[in-house]
Amino acid sequence: MTTETRRATRQLIQPDLPQFDASGLDPVLRAAIADLLLAMADDEFVVGFRDSEWTGIAPMLEEDVAFSSLAQDEIGHARLLYQLRSALTGEDPDKVAFHRQPNEYCHARLLDHPRQGWGFTIVRRWLYDTADSIRLAGLARSSFAPLAEVVAKIQREERYHLMHLNAWLERLGTRPGKPRGKVLSALKQLNPIATSVFAPLSNEQMLVDAGVLSAPMVQLAARWRSEANARLCALNLRPIPEGDPAADGRDHATPDESFVWLWNEFTSVARLEEGAEW
Amino acid sequence: MVAPTHNVSSAAAFGRAAREAAAPRRSGALLPSLAAIPLESAVWAALHDVHDPEIPTISVVDLGVIGGVRTEEGRIRVELLPTFVGCPAINVLQDAIAERLREFADDVSVDVSFAEPWTTQRITADGRAALRAAGFAPPSTDETVECPYCRSRNTRIENIFGPTLCRAIYYCPDCRQPFEQFKEV
Repeated sequence: MTTETRRATRQLIQPDLPQFDASGLDPVLRAAIADLLLAMADDEFVVGFRDSEWTGIAPMLEEDVAFSSLAQDEIGHARLLYQLRSALTGEDPDKVAFHRQPNEYCHARLLDHPRQGWGFTIVRRWLYDTADSIRLAGLARSSFAPLAEVVAKIQREERYHLMHLNAWLERLGTRPGKPRGKVLSALKQLNPIATSVFAPLSNEQMLVDAGVLSAPMVQLAARWRSEANARLCALNLRPIPEGDPAADGRDHATPDESFVWLWNEFTSVARLEEGAEW
Repeated sequence: MVAPTHNVSSAAAFGRAAREAAAPRRSGALLPSLAAIPLESAVWAALHDVHDPEIPTISVVDLGVIGGVRTEEGRIRVELLPTFVGCPAINVLQDAIAERLREFADDVSVDVSFAEPWTTQRITADGRAALRAAGFAPPSTDETVECPYCRSRNTRIENIFGPTLCRAIYYCPDCRQPFEQFKEV
């Protein structure tokens, strides 16, 4: 086969890396790991497409570049996580990413709100990134080696995202008038749903017992709240309220209107011709 | 001709054995059999001909993205360590490496691996010089970033995100040049 043909038959998301022998895994545990990977992959996928909405229209050229870069990173992470899941389930990662119905995605509902303005985007992105970093820390020593490897790599990249979002939160949050006003109203709107990143997973206790995940999501959520609130309080901003993550934080039985819009966008090319080769 | 495959397989995906298998390894630590050593050296030499598609002055060996090479009878396996997870050059590099090595074996596989994360410390001294020659500041080793044009260290960061995932944008007030830095990961 020539390089050209191989390239032509390559799918947008390759199903062939990384692979490992998962046949020895208990089927229930395997399904639980697959669900964890899907939740993470969908989060990164959706946030990546949200970021890409700023390509070309960010308030300054530097942010055009930065948000396009963030988008590329997140979609890259999603791709790898879908592939890892595929090695457990045998499902084609390309199909999972692009050929599900909106109600079948399981991203955190924090990512459902439309893009809105720059202040809203910064606050939502900061809430997600701080939560994601706690979740990644909870997987860094995972007994499921392929996941621990991938997380170690992803963490090195997310460090830059967090640095960028922290700087922006401070820049907007400490500037009186309109910028701070935007941050305050975004926090008011998003704080109650921010814990959706830690919505309980199926068979979560089994993941913890097997050492795949270091602690139950409710504990990770508490850890995140205390770290995030320390930062918010330092900037004299509204803290995230107490309370366990709601059970329906990843439920999209009735998909949010703005997610359906985004889904239409990111699946538009894949839906042009069923079975088309990339 | 056999198409290269892009898979990574490890016998144990789970538990202590897998954790040990995932422990950091040194470059080239995939042990060759004695008879295969001359072929393996030829493969490493050939890999110096494969360059980064975006920075043609640096080879994949000097960039540090070759995690290891294993040669057997009629078969070569190369382990590729991506600089960034979402780097679109990964597939281009897989193809270029397979293409270059096809003269040595029919069965060439270039497998992406995260067992050992690529870091900027893997860039060799030659690689750092090659980056500079192309107008990029190499990853800094201290608090400062050196201008690749006038070598001033009086530079400032403009954006931690640049035109590709692996680069940041700096400005040198001494020679009034914006430049890109290969950022530390």
